[in-house]
Amino acid sequence: METLVTLLDVGFFAALVRISTPLLLASLGELLSERSGVLNLGIEGIMLFGAMTGFTVAYFSGSLWLGVLAALLAGALAGLLMAFLAVVLGVSQHVSGIGLTLLATGLSFYVYRLVFGQPASPPNVVPFRPWPVPVLSDLPVVGPILFNQMPLTYLALLAVPAVAFLLYRTPWGLDLRTVGENPRAADAAGVNVWRMRTQALVIGGAMMALGGAYLSISQFNAFTFGVVSGRGWVAVALVVFGLWSPWRCAAGALLFAALEALQLRLQANNVLHVPYQVLLMLPFVMTIVAMAIVSRNARAPAALLVPYRKEER
Amino acid sequence: MFDSWQEGRRVVGAALSRRNVLGAAVALVAGAAALAPAAAQDKLKVAAIFSTPIEEPWVNQVHEALLKAHEELGVEYKWAESVPSSDYARVLREFARDGYGMISGDAFAAEDITRRVAREFKDVAFVMGSGQGPAEPNFAVFDNWIHEPAYLSGMIAGKMTKSNILGSVAAMDIPEVARLVNAFCAGAKEVNPAVKCKVSFIGSFFDPPKAKEAALAQIAAGVDVIYAERFGVIEAAQEKGILAISNMSDQAALAPDTVVTGPVWDMWPTIQAAVRQVQAGVFTAQDFGTFSTMTKGGASLAPFHAFEEKLPPDVIKMVKDREAAILAGDFRVPVNESTPVSE
Repeated sequence: METLVTLLDVGFFAALVRISTPLLLASLGELLSERSGVLNLGIEGIMLFGAMTGFTVAYFSGSLWLGVLAALLAGALAGLLMAFLAVVLGVSQHVSGIGLTLLATGLSFYVYRLVFGQPASPPNVVPFRPWPVPVLSDLPVVGPILFNQMPLTYLALLAVPAVAFLLYRTPWGLDLRTVGENPRAADAAGVNVWRMRTQALVIGGAMMALGGAYLSISQFNAFTFGVVSGRGWVAVALVVFGLWSPWRCAAGALLFAALEALQLRLQANNVLHVPYQVLLMLPFVMTIVAMAIVSRNARAPAALLVPYRKEER
Repeated sequence: MFDSWQEGRRVVGAALSRRNVLGAAVALVAGAAALAPAAAQDKLKVAAIFSTPIEEPWVNQVHEALLKAHEELGVEYKWAESVPSSDYARVLREFARDGYGMISGDAFAAEDITRRVAREFKDVAFVMGSGQGPAEPNFAVFDNWIHEPAYLSGMIAGKMTKSNILGSVAAMDIPEVARLVNAFCAGAKEVNPAVKCKVSFIGSFFDPPKAKEAALAQIAAGVDVIYAERFGVIEAAQEKGILAISNMSDQAALAPDTVVTGPVWDMWPTIQAAVRQVQAGVFTAQDFGTFSTMTKGGASLAPFHAFEEKLPPDVIKMVKDREAAILAGDFRVPVNESTPVSE
């Protein structure tokens, strides 16, 4: 038990924050989409597309921030495509989302192959370095954990209150939530349902892509296949886990990241003497268990998965 | 109504007879081709089907060797990458029907599929990465037996560590991975019995961000030389200023001041042997495994590059001597495929 406690040092918490970054960004993006009534299963592909675009632009421009900008744009475009399929055409959100993931995944590798050819060893960039926040990073414990992180991690952490504020404290957020719950009422009140949903998908897509770009230019320094490795699907689960609330969603992302950071430390130190497969499962199993307990009375946005047609009753 | 039906029938009839003409033409051309000198058919067509993009290190070694076969042995080479399991059989069959004389797959995940398709095309030579045996008449296997240079890398790590804690970040507990991690640790312990070895698995073959975090966790636990069995580890070592051992290919270029050396897998001896056999018409189902050992040139220790100067001369001499002993057959690196665990 003592050894277990010693594992939970500053390094553990810093790792937790690092690991949670892409999950935070992606799950908040998904949350915005779902609150407007559209399930975006294109998330896994959009993250990969963001990772590829962010890396490629950063590689050729030499500017990581241009890479970030490009990833945001790429994600927004993918969100727009999802909006065309799920909002304008009103096709099945499951099918169009999976389709978008397949498209974006294939496209990412295809573009990468076109641009970089077949390099023997993957080209890389100098990734983001930690950005110590003046004064705050000198604080004991909290300093190295929260205030000596990568810039994109600060963005992800700030995105939580920002999304919460947008959703609950602005007229735009009220419109968005109404559109996700009762689009007909929103329409009657003069809210343009299609426009709200499209905006949510575009912003959500940009956030997902940013989460992907974090993986290729901040957490790691290259675009490789497997760089996203199912993190998008985890983000979808985290939205349900968080009962469609940004704060709970963030808590879920932090819990998942904490278990991931913990299991990696348990493997390295072998204090529990259990097979490594059990440790690898830990974040997933615990999230499912927590989800089963927390989300007993989960209620999805009422209009989730339902396309809106003005003329239909 | 009747007219148009008649009309339709006539069109179909015309199409049918046109197809007959075409068919006859094809038969004629085919006959001519059969009579033509064999020279036109001599160029062996080789295909490879990979379930990942060719950047995947294992796949990359196979791919590089086949590119070399195209240049040096005059084969025509085509490959399909990122082929999911659901499509694997279809792509295999397409190549097999398209006159490809030799088809290489990648590894275990698609092995059963390839074995099944191989039984349908007995005149096509199949080679596949596998821990299982070959199957007559046309299914040969290869594997990466690079535990020898992994052992040599371990000897260096055992000498270079100050904390006496070595780490490995590996994919998952399969024989191909376990024997490398175990050989690395065994080599270190031979020269430094005080060494403790740690190992972490990432549970997949490719997830660089996760591998990097696993490496950072090991470094936090005191590891100061780390075996990067997977991609992502070298970057963590570089960030934290410790030494790394690469895997599969010479990866010193990724971080010249971090990567000391590492086991290298060269598929060329395997591919060369397989292609020559197919070209000579003497291909049989066999285990090409030994072609991936050091004596056959299929495994080697990566050049030291910048560490030629940085490693103590006695360490370099020790490794060179042992390398010579392995090549002379005087020293055999034990194959240990049991699950490695952190100490």
